[in-house]
Amino acid sequence: MNQEELNKKISEIKDKLIGYEQPLANRIYLSCEAENSYALNKFLFEDVPLRFVIATGIDSEDCFEILYHYAYDQTGCVVTLKTFIRDRENPSVESISPFLPAAEWIERELHDLLGIEIKNHPDMRRLILADDWPEGVYPHRKEAKK
Amino acid sequence: MKKTIKKPVLSIGPFHPLQEEMEYFQLTLDGEIVTDIDMRISYNHRGIEKISETLQFDQVPFLVSRICGICSASHPLAYVRAVEELASVKVPERALYVRTIITELERIHSHILWAGLAGHFIGYDTVFMWAWKYREPVLDLLEEITGNRNNYGNVKVGGCREDIPNELKPKILKEMDEIAKKMDMLIKAILDDPILHARLKGVGILKNDDAIKYAVAGPTARASNVAIDVRADDPYGEYSELDWNVIVRPEGDVFAKVVVRLLETLEAVKIIRQALKKIPDGPVAVEVKEIPPGEAVGHVEAPRGETFHYVRSDGGNRPVRHKARAPSYVNVPSFKASCIGQHIADVTITLAAVDPCYSCTERLAVVDGHNNITHDYEELLRLSREKTARIMREA
Repeated sequence: MNQEELNKKISEIKDKLIGYEQPLANRIYLSCEAENSYALNKFLFEDVPLRFVIATGIDSEDCFEILYHYAYDQTGCVVTLKTFIRDRENPSVESISPFLPAAEWIERELHDLLGIEIKNHPDMRRLILADDWPEGVYPHRKEAKK
Repeated sequence: MKKTIKKPVLSIGPFHPLQEEMEYFQLTLDGEIVTDIDMRISYNHRGIEKISETLQFDQVPFLVSRICGICSASHPLAYVRAVEELASVKVPERALYVRTIITELERIHSHILWAGLAGHFIGYDTVFMWAWKYREPVLDLLEEITGNRNNYGNVKVGGCREDIPNELKPKILKEMDEIAKKMDMLIKAILDDPILHARLKGVGILKNDDAIKYAVAGPTARASNVAIDVRADDPYGEYSELDWNVIVRPEGDVFAKVVVRLLETLEAVKIIRQALKKIPDGPVAVEVKEIPPGEAVGHVEAPRGETFHYVRSDGGNRPVRHKARAPSYVNVPSFKASCIGQHIADVTITLAAVDPCYSCTERLAVVDGHNNITHDYEELLRLSREKTARIMREA
């Protein structure tokens, strides 16, 4: 697929998106609500298909964001799916590890550092935080003090 | 009274006198075959992403080059690529060539280091000694150019901090000739050695579909027929202007990974020779005054695979969010696919084959059901070398 064909393929799911930006030919940023995260990730990984790179978790004051980064190596395109988790009290998202083992570690890390519940994760345990780190203290949250 | 038979568990890590870095692996065995593997990481977690938020944009390269000692060119380069993309910075061409040369010099000494370690794990200590000897002049060159053997501190937002003086070109070219000769000799010795064939072929196979499911990167991917290389896929530096090959093998075993890394070293030499010929005169940096609000990604091909950084800015002078992903983060979990079904004597070399950014295989111990150590690291290394010796006898 060339870049144009990739753009067309990705537009198949545009009804589930709340935003689409392409600041450069090979940089695409898709936005969605948390409830569509599982279906969209499955589409990007299995249907397009793209290579999973990593996920970035961000505390954006009024919501949480998880940015799932994918690569399409034939055109050097990086496709980022920004998932907005609006519920700050009980932030949660569906795990994509069942179909994407590569996401297992980063989902555990998101839980450790931001306290986001990853539903149906096959192996949810601490990854980054030490065993004696207190529960409920999430270092990447903005309110986390030293 | 019901007797529960506990399966022997092999514990590797996290601290060992021979160890440079800390990781912990737990392998479950059935007889001498690995049936499961569990990994614990983060003993070396330093909170780098959080620290980035307290630094100014131009201070971050110094921080991230210390994420890893032997990929210390790739992390700052991936980061500045992201910031330069965010701020639409046009980096001078000479700087792109300098970056390319330093990145490839790092690839050479990193791959040679790995070749030595791999030899050490299977009992070829001459390979270990010679490989690390061949590596020294490359480190000396890096020290002459950047002032340091590792943690070069050369890359900055907008270009490079130091130039490669033109007077140094003949010395670099001469060293490339030497490296090419030594690598030719090593490659022939390894590819032609029937003992190494028997020891490494068919060992620790990572199948192509597992390579994709675990999203592995670098030589680990390319040795399983996943033809990805950021230098070719999303070119940076001047890779698209130079003539070189992405090395791919289909077998997925340890031998394939050895071949990919050794041949990549020769490609790196090719790239450096061409870069030195084509490097134009001019400045090596532009001044970048402000980083506008926005977000961007930057990725480069480190020796171990794709290093990926994401940066978000709100227009201030510090990153709002900085995500750094090293290739080992995706390569290490693939042990689950490549280690299961392997013989205990092959575990050290299988673990080493993804060239993780630490010598995790050094901490190996087998404990029995009562947590008594039955085999320690020396014992497991001995098993690995014994297998080589046995193959030699039977040859």
